[in-house]
Amino acid sequence: MMDKTLPQFGPRESMEYDAVIVGGGPAGLSAAIRLKQRAASEGTEVSVCVLEKGSEIGAHILSGAVMDPIAMTELFPDWKSRGAPLDVEVTEDRFLFLTEKKAYKAPNRLLPECFQNHGNYVVSLGNVVRWLGAQAEELGVEIFAGFAAAEVLYNDDGSVKGVATGNMGINKLGEASANFQPGMELHAKYTLFAEGARGHLGKQVIQRFDLLKDRDAPTYAIGIKELWEIDPKMHQPGLVIHTAGWPLDSDTYGGSFLYHLDNNQVAVGYVVGLAYQNPYLSPFEEFQRYKTHPEIRKFFEGGRRLSYGARAIAAGGLQSLPKLVFPGGALIGCDAGFLNASRIKGSHAAIKSGMLAADATFDALRAARQSDELAAYPAAFKESWLHEELYRARNFKPWMAKGLGIGTLMVGIDQLVLRGKAPWTLRHRHADHECLKPAKESTPIVYPKPDGKLTFDRLSSVFISNTNHEEDQPAHLTLKSRTVPVDINLEKYAGPEQRYCPAGVYEFVRAENGRDLLQINAQNCLHCKTCDIKDPTQNIVWVTPEGSGGPCYPGM
Amino acid sequence: MKVLVSVKRVVDHNVTVRVKADGSGVETANVKMSINPFDEIAVEAAVRLKEAGIATEVIAVSCGSSQSQETLRTALAIGADRGILVECEGELQPLAVAKLLKAIVEKEQPQLIIAGKQAIDDDCSQTGQMLAALCDLPQATFASKIEYQNNLLTVTREVDGGSETLELVPPAIVTTDLRLNEPRYVTLPSIVKAKKKPIDVIPANSLDVDIATNLEVLKVSEPPARKPGVKVGDVNALIQKLKSEVNVI
Repeated sequence: MMDKTLPQFGPRESMEYDAVIVGGGPAGLSAAIRLKQRAASEGTEVSVCVLEKGSEIGAHILSGAVMDPIAMTELFPDWKSRGAPLDVEVTEDRFLFLTEKKAYKAPNRLLPECFQNHGNYVVSLGNVVRWLGAQAEELGVEIFAGFAAAEVLYNDDGSVKGVATGNMGINKLGEASANFQPGMELHAKYTLFAEGARGHLGKQVIQRFDLLKDRDAPTYAIGIKELWEIDPKMHQPGLVIHTAGWPLDSDTYGGSFLYHLDNNQVAVGYVVGLAYQNPYLSPFEEFQRYKTHPEIRKFFEGGRRLSYGARAIAAGGLQSLPKLVFPGGALIGCDAGFLNASRIKGSHAAIKSGMLAADATFDALRAARQSDELAAYPAAFKESWLHEELYRARNFKPWMAKGLGIGTLMVGIDQLVLRGKAPWTLRHRHADHECLKPAKESTPIVYPKPDGKLTFDRLSSVFISNTNHEEDQPAHLTLKSRTVPVDINLEKYAGPEQRYCPAGVYEFVRAENGRDLLQINAQNCLHCKTCDIKDPTQNIVWVTPEGSGGPCYPGM
Repeated sequence: MKVLVSVKRVVDHNVTVRVKADGSGVETANVKMSINPFDEIAVEAAVRLKEAGIATEVIAVSCGSSQSQETLRTALAIGADRGILVECEGELQPLAVAKLLKAIVEKEQPQLIIAGKQAIDDDCSQTGQMLAALCDLPQATFASKIEYQNNLLTVTREVDGGSETLELVPPAIVTTDLRLNEPRYVTLPSIVKAKKKPIDVIPANSLDVDIATNLEVLKVSEPPARKPGVKVGDVNALIQKLKSEVNVI
């Protein structure tokens, strides 16, 4: 696209900043805020802008979420009086092992620390991020929502120069329409990538600078979430329930969360590790089925579903964390992969990593440096509580990947007996896309039909995610090869993209000539990035659509 | 020619609107709000008049809470020169807005007032017409084309069964229909510039206008869910169903 229009309309205009931050989530906004705070306290100026591809800050944010306020307190010691939307303190923790009909509650004294949530808050991360956005603007950060960073720009010496926003008004054929507006170049002394898990530019930077050298393969999960308004009689603000077990088989890593917010709202979701093997597995349908469990459905009967969404989650932990810096910038938040899988929490880590990177950036700027490596950031991370926390949690996901039985036992030993200080570190040996077994070695799974009250189909779900993309634009889900979807994905793996995509983007249809065809309904895309991760031959490449496209979550 | 454009902050058109659990209204908490799409078309029309050398100044005005400043910033990013916020909390009905706008019209003395034909939240389609009546100005509603020559506005209107062309002597009021234009994509530099453009905030109660609501909302409810359709095998089965189940033939 870029190449077609640049000769015609280029060169693009550019704007200069000290720091450009790609992504207005908890990591990006915290970094922006920290930069401005440091500048204010030291009486200097620093120019910072944040690019957000969602139509507003928070539009693409989706998380459980239970938030550990530790990093928020470091960023804003007075967050309470500033009115941060951390209102519902966790009042009760339940961990349930589910079988098809029964639920067994784990005694709280046996729960490792990572599953204990006292002192934490049930939040809508979307609302927290909107609040952070307002704080950032007040401090003078320029926030550009509705603009996707589509391209990394490099200096002649190979260091990152900044990013370019995508062109607007390109039609389906890749040509400029009447309303065409070329992208802008944003040049920066340092560029921080904060796109979240499997960031589209982060992925390119990781490859270009070989940042995963000597690290384990990154591994991910998909989280699917619904927001409900339930019967007030069943509502218990601050109640936090996690489950493991049914409906997943014991070899598949995954589990659920169910958080009671205020105003009779409940956030419920399901997380499935993307290293799953059976191509017939559908995370979306596992989630729908999970809600029918007697211990779970009781909360939702008589309630109504308000919203829906999905997002891939970085779950590799410390072993899979890439090198964080490269000449001209850094990866922060889950663009690097700071989520603590054992606590299923990442927002505190995102905020902390953003602050650490911002400190390193500010110090470098003050020393009149630019476009070099911010070595102080990984060094500060190593010394931080975040490193300590991730170190303790490092074996959780690898143990759980060995199955629920042994996983639970070994996590118990690892966390309760050894307190995370085990003398071993388990490795992630395979990338998620390498894990699928051929369909003929796998058992098809028959999922129950949705009832439209408690369980739903994909399309009615996508509808309430407020997802929209400008219709006349090229599909942003690109294929390296046009033949691979049918010849390999459908032939060998029974078309897994139809099942792992939580938005019904991928459909195999039969053409008039009797040939199978992959149809891509790009307009449905929730920007979860699961296809980019799980596609067995890595043939699907997610790129940014026109800015402001995608979901518009109402506080997920 | 000075042009005044009125803009309203509404629930974004991509958002699935949800009725509040108690039926008192539509949920706006945590919901994305945007400039009313018809008002965006109005701003675009005004800015194009300015770019064509016809308008000398484009003023965007909004009535509502302080958050409507965001909506005004959008108008400024499209190209309006300055903004006016008539600030008040609480509900504003079309008549109240028309009265407030009249006060601004008297103050600013624009030659042309462009408004969206309706807001996509309440779909009233009243404010422009009420404003015309209150100011005793000529109006052309549902415009799909605006031309200006020799101190005369020629406006093509979308009417049932076709189009109608009116000539108006300014000062006049025009309300915009969908086909008038396709608003531009705002650019990053224009957003940066818009942040520096002035917005005057005028408290509504300083304008000596009665903005009390005279309509009371009793209840807001969702339309009944549509029953799922069925597929019939052939024409006979269809006729059978129309006769026996739908009772239309």
